Amino acid sequence: MQKLQTGKRPLSFYALSVFFGLFVLFLYGPMSAIYILSFQGPTGGLTFPMRGWSLHWFDALFSQQRTGDFAGAFTRSMILAVMALLLTVAISVVAGLAFRRRFVGAAFVFYLAVASLIMPGLLVGLGVGLTFQTLGVQTKWFASALGAQLTWTLPFGMLIMFAVLSRFDRAYEEAARDLGATNWQIFLWVVLPILFPGMIAVALFGFTLSYDEFPRTLLTSGAANTLPMEIWGMTTNVTSPALYALGTVTTLVSFIAIALALGSIAIIQWRRSRPVGNVSLAKEQE
Amino acid sequence: MQSPDRTRGARPVKVSPTLTSYLQIGPLLLVLLLFFGIPLLVVIAYSFFQFDGLDSVPAFDFVNYIDVLTSGVTLSLYLKTLYYAVVVWAITLLIGFTVAYFLAFHVQSLIWQMALFLLCTVPFWTSNIIRMISWIPFLGRNGIFNNALIGAGITQQPLEFLLFSDFAVIIAYVHLFTLFMIVPIFNAMARIDKALIEAARDGGASGWRIIWDIVVPLSKTGIALGSIFVVTLVMGDFFVVKVMSGSQSASIAMAMSNQIAMVQYPPAAASAVILLIVVSLMVAAILRVVDVRKEIAG
Repeated sequence: MQKLQTGKRPLSFYALSVFFGLFVLFLYGPMSAIYILSFQGPTGGLTFPMRGWSLHWFDALFSQQRTGDFAGAFTRSMILAVMALLLTVAISVVAGLAFRRRFVGAAFVFYLAVASLIMPGLLVGLGVGLTFQTLGVQTKWFASALGAQLTWTLPFGMLIMFAVLSRFDRAYEEAARDLGATNWQIFLWVVLPILFPGMIAVALFGFTLSYDEFPRTLLTSGAANTLPMEIWGMTTNVTSPALYALGTVTTLVSFIAIALALGSIAIIQWRRSRPVGNVSLAKEQE
Repeated sequence: MQSPDRTRGARPVKVSPTLTSYLQIGPLLLVLLLFFGIPLLVVIAYSFFQFDGLDSVPAFDFVNYIDVLTSGVTLSLYLKTLYYAVVVWAITLLIGFTVAYFLAFHVQSLIWQMALFLLCTVPFWTSNIIRMISWIPFLGRNGIFNNALIGAGITQQPLEFLLFSDFAVIIAYVHLFTLFMIVPIFNAMARIDKALIEAARDGGASGWRIIWDIVVPLSKTGIALGSIFVVTLVMGDFFVVKVMSGSQSASIAMAMSNQIAMVQYPPAAASAVILLIVVSLMVAAILRVVDVRKEIAG
């Protein structure tokens, strides 16, 4: 940022601002409509105008009348997403570290991951479903569905770790080694804290990609539904604002996940920028 | 806190760097092989099985492929799906490039840049199906859009083509997938040295020439990555086209999902393999134009 244009902005700035504004409106407009419609009164329908305001449809969602097993699907999806999160973070971080060194087969693993990323989801689901069937093992949301989801969250995690590690200054590790740290100490006390914000990004991706994943879960989750499948079922069966209430609830959960992730990044950055006793002393001596 | 003496006393087992690499990559490789590599082989195997109307019988038979390839429906499905892919690609590229360009070059404060970028990414965290459904009350016969048009006196009767049409399918795709274009292009543009732009401007280049001769070539990898995402997502989609077209239109993946629903696994597997080949060829074509490897591997 060498030159800050203060004062007059070019005409293109205003044109592009308007374009950006319209795009944001396009992104949020329809969605905000369903959030508002989910607060319809008990006699309300799927469209405007609103017939009163109530929490009726949220209540209908949880009371398990005609909307299926929402609570169960929600619980399963949350557990699944947390498992995907933990595995994605752990596996992506060590895989990212592996790629810093040359090893035979690195290109193979890399292309395997990229192929897995761009593979149509339904095809992965079909493959995993057929494999389990061939082996005579029952598909279960916490086994086959988790594995199918990982074929999509792991490559994402790996690519994020590449981006994070490409900015990683290896001098920190050298310095720690010179001071006599073992490999584990270097990993725990030097590498991990530096990678931490990137790991949170990976965690966020792992969580939300799994929580929302539909095509890869459809044929692999076995007898029990996950939330996206519950939503899918509702699109064909339910013609009441309960469907919108479900949209509002799931969006809220996503927002909480983002807020937690951004919050923890902010806290880490703040703690890092705060001078620690010894460091500030060293600076004074400089 | 450990004292340095203790750690020096307990010497850890020396692991060779090569072994370390394989131990580190092991879990990723294992998951990808178990849940992607092997299942892919299983799908290929099933595509040669015979389907006797009820069950899949192990065999080595090309009949599924012959059925799929000689069916007139297949060609029309592919043309329809390609049509969606190309139109959605063009629209998302236009929007993605413009939005990324605005964020990268016109928003000067880093805080604002991040804030506006986040504003674009937040909807991505909401369920795709929910985002898709949200167009229904918007575009429907008594929807917001029609009411607004009638209210403004632009039309007398509600427009019928808005929902359950190609228009609805494309608008939902654009809504769902534009972010996949914005993120890689913005990422590429953020790395462009602003001094280059300044130099070009000082040299008397017009705004369009700067975009065409500097920004576009330097964000090529981002454009290619975004294109790969959008094209593969549209090609593999089955639920948007099903809901938004009101089942009046179909795509390859939707035909596949119908076969799967009827437990016709061998024909479904054959369509899957053909779809996979087509998608791979499209990705290869994009990679031939732009070499993305350096970008993601570096």
